[in-house]
Amino acid sequence: MIGNGSTLLLSRNFAVDNMASIDVAMKNGAYEQFKRALKMKPEEVTQVVKESGLRGHGGAGFSTGTKWGFVPKDKFPRYVTVNGDESEPGTCKDRLILERDPHLLIEGALICAYAVQAERIYIYIRGEYFYPTMVTARAVQEAYAKGFAGQNILNSGWSCGIHMHNGAGAYICGEETGLIESLEGKKGWPRLKPPFYPAAIGLWGQPTIVNNVETLAFVPRILEIGAEKFSSLGSPKNGGTALYSLSGHVNRPGVYELPMGTPLMDLIDKFGGGIPNGKKLKAVIPGGSSSHILTAEECENLPLDFESVAARGSMLGSAAVMVIDETVSIPKLMHWMVRFYAHESCGQCTPCREGTDWLLRLSKKFLDGTARRRDIDDMWELADNIDGKTICALGAAVAWPTKSYLVKFRHEFEAACRN
Amino acid sequence: MQIPETLKKKAEEFVFRYPEDKRQSALIPLLFEVQRELGWITPESEVWVAETLGVSAIKVREIITFYSMMRAEPSGKYLIQFCQNISCCLMGGVELQRHIEEKLGLHPGETSKDGLFTLKCVECLGGCSWGPMLLVNEDQYFQLTTEKVDRIINGLRAGEPVPADNPTPLLGNVAGEKVS
Ligand code: SF4
Ligand code: FES
Repeated sequence: MIGNGSTLLLSRNFAVDNMASIDVAMKNGAYEQFKRALKMKPEEVTQVVKESGLRGHGGAGFSTGTKWGFVPKDKFPRYVTVNGDESEPGTCKDRLILERDPHLLIEGALICAYAVQAERIYIYIRGEYFYPTMVTARAVQEAYAKGFAGQNILNSGWSCGIHMHNGAGAYICGEETGLIESLEGKKGWPRLKPPFYPAAIGLWGQPTIVNNVETLAFVPRILEIGAEKFSSLGSPKNGGTALYSLSGHVNRPGVYELPMGTPLMDLIDKFGGGIPNGKKLKAVIPGGSSSHILTAEECENLPLDFESVAARGSMLGSAAVMVIDETVSIPKLMHWMVRFYAHESCGQCTPCREGTDWLLRLSKKFLDGTARRRDIDDMWELADNIDGKTICALGAAVAWPTKSYLVKFRHEFEAACRN
Repeated sequence: MQIPETLKKKAEEFVFRYPEDKRQSALIPLLFEVQRELGWITPESEVWVAETLGVSAIKVREIITFYSMMRAEPSGKYLIQFCQNISCCLMGGVELQRHIEEKLGLHPGETSKDGLFTLKCVECLGGCSWGPMLLVNEDQYFQLTTEKVDRIINGLRAGEPVPADNPTPLLGNVAGEKVS
């Protein structure tokens, strides 16, 4: 039991010994929902997911069922790609699913593949996740051995293969088209969208559903408890629970499964045990490093769901909550953030490639004590010139937080200037 | 240099994962396997990968230069990848990085003279809630302190590595603490 007494969905079996082995997993109900799904019509499965209100937990928060529905009727073969490239600073929840309950993910991916009638599933995991990859790969082997993958699965007449694929150190491969390029054996350069979304033209030009690990892991649970029950767990338009990665200045950092819409301050104080050493809260980054920073006042009465966080001018993103106490200098924080994006820019668009690098140089001046007032305006202008002028969202991912730091903590930047 | 038989076997296995005319997709997995076996991607193995997958040399180059985990140079026996991003920095990562540098006598990117250690500072390793974190080759270590770092490094020097933190702890997870 957690939070306000609701059911645990994803983390229910995280502490069960040996849950990653298929025998233990099946004793705990694994693959039951997949078997049920195979008796339904594919469209019916998609419909249930649509009705549940499940939204992508990888960052964008798009309706999962709707995405599945975008696959063109007459185009085969089709693919499902599991996005396990978790690398947005602050985000560290998918690794728990991969390590502790990989069969939940595999079951979800299989149900998705059945719903869209895909013939192969690729589980793309970032290269640095050696241990999670090893555990998941073993689970895939077991799923084959039990006949949940391969030819004519459980005599349903439907066949589907599952393959593992690792990235090799590039944040941009978490972007769905970057991930597809990477899977095709190329640099992970994101594709321009629109006009073509992966659901219509994806891996090798074929319809492809790219879903995040956590998102797919929810699917068996939705079938289990029903769409209505699932959506009733969250807040309006935000079905179910979420895995919140809580990090930074809290007494009990960790990953918490709580209903969507759990108040931010509850997460920090009630679950996270508050801020250590009696320090005061200064700010929170609510949805991974790419989200706008919130001041302490802005954190009050804020339900953590996509709409509420957006209404406060930030975003829930991957629900990675980073807590910052009064001792942290915001210019320093900005420097860490910018350094990440400057390093991870794929280099395809000039505003992002050059802009992030200039931001990095300017942000460093505030640490070295060589900054001048006009550097603040230059950073703003740079961010503004990146924002909305790039192929993928990485441009905005650096521009938005930069602007929010500059606006909300301008006095700190000014104080760090020589004149 | 000979390409080990084990690698050739792996190559066959990898190619099988993708449609027949899409062998290029096996590039990253295969290069990964090469550096796992040989320690780095040698010029000969680079050519071998290109030939095996029927891909031009420049495509292989692109992969090696684009992805930060691809190693076109030898590195130490233990590659230490230390996270230097926000969550880890908030938890004392900045000071810890200095400590590691001193302890190893290395700046990021350098390899020790005895060939034992290579230090690399990397961006977020996806262990933010248990930061600061680092990787030693394929092993993950969380909740680092100067003492824990010392234990890890001393252990490697003595040939008695500290066991990795597998699986990732459930610290703080209400769900994981006790399921009753
Ligand atoms: S915005 Fe940046 S990361 Fe995205 S495609 Fe352009 S250069 Fe690459
Ligand atoms: S910030 Fe260090 S692991 Fe994410």
